[in-house]
Amino acid sequence: MGKGKEASREPFAEKQNMEEFKVIDNCLMVRLPEEIDHHSAGFICEQADWYIVKQNVEHVVFDFENTRFMDSSGVGVIMGRYKKISCFGGKVFILHADKQVRRVLRLSGMDKIVEIVEDNQNE
Amino acid sequence: MSEMTNKAKNTVLNEMTLEFDAVSDNESFARVAVAAFVSSLNPTLEEIADIKTAVSEAVTNSIIHGYENIYGYGKYRNTRPDFQTFHPGKVQIHCMIQGDILHIEIADQGKGIEDVEKAMEPLFTTKPELERSGMGFAFMEAFMDELEVTSRPGEGTRVRMLKKLGTIPWIEDED
Repeated sequence: MGKGKEASREPFAEKQNMEEFKVIDNCLMVRLPEEIDHHSAGFICEQADWYIVKQNVEHVVFDFENTRFMDSSGVGVIMGRYKKISCFGGKVFILHADKQVRRVLRLSGMDKIVEIVEDNQNE
Repeated sequence: MSEMTNKAKNTVLNEMTLEFDAVSDNESFARVAVAAFVSSLNPTLEEIADIKTAVSEAVTNSIIHGYENIYGYGKYRNTRPDFQTFHPGKVQIHCMIQGDILHIEIADQGKGIEDVEKAMEPLFTTKPELERSGMGFAFMEAFMDELEVTSRPGEGTRVRMLKKLGTIPWIEDED
């Protein structure tokens, strides 16, 4: 399980090693951490922006599968990415958003500018 | 709302005070601590989510606006980078359970807010470069039942929130 020597030093190293960012065709897939607050938002922004600029990304897909908590910092993350790619016709997609995340998105009006993919259909 | 239990509404059942450094690492600690404190009231998962979000917003505001400790903007789960100066400061959280009502008070001694009304407007932010959405106070208002902000420039900010537990139905999705 542990990745050896580094595992004891950084308890979250394993999670970080999961492919959080991946470019498939022209889509950037972002797997978000368990909790998105101001503390973790900066890293997501930085990394996502790097991929958007360097890898010719057209659309961004945020996967909330592991996410149990999001506050307005998360809204800022999505809004910022949306602004960056929407001027080139890109779209932001949201996968596996749970109730709490959906509520935050709805309250902030984000559900009108991003595509929330319904996942309760049979998989 | 009329069938609300009238048992000892004004007696304080439980109280706690927390004080911690105004650093972004403590944001998750703060909201989890408050959520754990509330657990004696048997809140629903939705109520816990609401409380956590509201606490997170208020504490984040204190840290990045009150004390301008913005270094959480960087690497995920990393410690404080050396190149960013730390403005020393503490955030206090005071929680009180009165009947089925939860009072939360989050205070800092930071730089304060000059125009509270303007700050509470949705989408207004003084730090757009940090990609703040400007939804903090709007979320606190939406997730809690009452919100009161008192602030004086140079002296700090105090956010009082109140939530009635067990009576407010979860706002269902309106699709």
